[in-house]
Amino acid sequence: MIEKYDPLKGKMLRILGPDGRCDEKLKPDLADDAVQTLYQQMVLIRHADQRALSLQRQGRLGTYAPCQGQEAAQVGSAYALGQNDWVFPSFREMGVCYMKGVPLRDIYVYWMGDERGQRVPEDVHVFPISIPVGSHPLHAVGVAWAAKLQGDKICTVAYFGDGGTSEGDFHEAMNFAGVFQTPTIFFCQNNQYAISVPRKIQTAAKTLAQKAIAYGFGGIQVDGNDLFAVYAATAEAREKAISGEGPTLIEAVTYRFGPHTTADDPTKYRNDEELEEWKPLDPLLRLQKYLQGKKLWSEEWEAQIKEEAEKSIDQAVQEAESVSAPKPEEIFQYAFAEMTPNLKEQMDDFLAFLQEKGD
Amino acid sequence: MAKRNMVEAINRGLMEEMERDSSVMVLGEDVGKEGGVFRVTDGLQSKFGVERAVDTPLAESGIVGVALGLAVKGFKPVAELQFMGFLPPALDQIISHISRMRNRSRGRYTCPMVVRMPYGGGIHAPEHHSESIEAMLAHIPGIKVVIPSTPHDAKGLIVSAIRDPDPVLFLEPKRVYRAIKEEVPDGEYTVPIGEAKVVREGDGVTVICWGAMVREALHAAEAIQEEGVNAEVIDLRTVSPLDDETIVTSVKKTGRAVIVHEAVRTCGLGAEIIARINEKALLSLEAPVERVTGFDTVFPLYKLEHYYLPSPETIMRRIKKVMAF
Repeated sequence: MIEKYDPLKGKMLRILGPDGRCDEKLKPDLADDAVQTLYQQMVLIRHADQRALSLQRQGRLGTYAPCQGQEAAQVGSAYALGQNDWVFPSFREMGVCYMKGVPLRDIYVYWMGDERGQRVPEDVHVFPISIPVGSHPLHAVGVAWAAKLQGDKICTVAYFGDGGTSEGDFHEAMNFAGVFQTPTIFFCQNNQYAISVPRKIQTAAKTLAQKAIAYGFGGIQVDGNDLFAVYAATAEAREKAISGEGPTLIEAVTYRFGPHTTADDPTKYRNDEELEEWKPLDPLLRLQKYLQGKKLWSEEWEAQIKEEAEKSIDQAVQEAESVSAPKPEEIFQYAFAEMTPNLKEQMDDFLAFLQEKGD
Repeated sequence: MAKRNMVEAINRGLMEEMERDSSVMVLGEDVGKEGGVFRVTDGLQSKFGVERAVDTPLAESGIVGVALGLAVKGFKPVAELQFMGFLPPALDQIISHISRMRNRSRGRYTCPMVVRMPYGGGIHAPEHHSESIEAMLAHIPGIKVVIPSTPHDAKGLIVSAIRDPDPVLFLEPKRVYRAIKEEVPDGEYTVPIGEAKVVREGDGVTVICWGAMVREALHAAEAIQEEGVNAEVIDLRTVSPLDDETIVTSVKKTGRAVIVHEAVRTCGLGAEIIARINEKALLSLEAPVERVTGFDTVFPLYKLEHYYLPSPETIMRRIKKVMAF
């Protein structure tokens, strides 16, 4: 598929149309109940994301970067990965982190201003969120290179946006991956905007996917709101990676329904008409239509999974809010394996101050 | 025992660690076939193969950013940057990621790795080949910054750097690279990170320096001895974390201090060292602490570099000033 859908020829992989109709020839081998579960997970992410926004508005959570509209890109790609594959999220990947095993509670703990939310469980291969745009694909290449040298049959996936493709480190990462043929997937969620700057100002190239060609490997543009296309392309790229055929760039064309972050006002740079154009392309709506057509969806079931989602979100939020406050010592404890004398002095002095004022 | 210069000593240290630990690898521009532009990695590729002594694309940020990933996944990468003047493209990776991985993940991910680079002036080099920006690195929490001044220490420190559980930036004074030879034993020994060394004992004034400035300071100390001043010289060896104890103990003894660095003066490490002396030994001081440094300018091309760099004469001038106070 990756070879067939040449981005230079204007081809984009779409399997599931906005009307819910599916190209059965291209449809990936997913059982009905698996598709239902994926839909359920997308619903959960939409609700969990929405909850983060409302918690922020209530002052219970810090600045947050919502992912509404990108659920198919995130859930579909992460579902195509193995337990031992590593993912390298940027800051808008709640769906990826959740799918790869980061507890929802920890996701909230982090956005509530506590680094402990980024200490993922031992068997979870999710890198901590990287905020400097486009800088972390290099880490995905490094881990993939190490895995290749160790004979470890895994792949790594770097998640970034359309803006990230303008950063130098993105290009260095693509170049290293090509030269050393690392098992890396570069997964770009082109959600049309880098804060306020539209995709056309990031590059004069027709697609982002075609950038792979200059680095000597394949790139494919997929409909990022189509769960099946995202899954199929990622699964193929993964297969290619772990069988020693090197990296792939996937451009998932999607749309950010919400603001860049809770601190952003998108009405300054985009209009309602545009939003209305994208609404029928909503990844959840599309999958719902598909399930409806297959008699795998009902209003009762929809209500039930929404209720279940809300319940598990309630619990995650409750747990996140009951985590005891981090201790001031923790500021100092993770600079080095062993605290330096200078840091120890600073910590002792500050703790003495806290004691003096009775904190 | 064999007499070795600093290039040979570091090469020996790298080779022995690569023999001892199969996860140690070197990577960078020209480090493989060529053995590095200064030959520090000479012979490593023929001995350990192209997968452990790796020629990479010419991209500093890429080299250290990829090394982070290698380190997290179990390798001990020793990345080489060809000159400190080409460190700036890699600073983003160092500041934004390498120094923070342990903290950001609350200890779940760490990146024990070494970034080596030749630094400093005095070899008649083109622009961008003489910089000394160690203070910028010392300002970054979460990394260690090591600067050997002798072949013996260079070998012991590179071994410690490779074994350190945290990222270490290893700055090699290229002016010293081939300038001195001394006994550098084969086989395992380490020089601890974070410990300065009193390289000349004295009780009149403390001269604090590192890298290529150690020899200049020792020459100054010898010369001023003839005028009756007994200078103690401290080679910091690690500039982050600083060894306050050695500095403070010496200054309490001598009551006077001069700091020598080839980096620009403003916000140079001299300023930090003076602050620490003030915090911990102010009442022992008999005179204000003085600095001998480069100027707050771009490092000049080589016709002027001997004016820019501290020399035994400029160091003596400051020593005389603190003695006369």
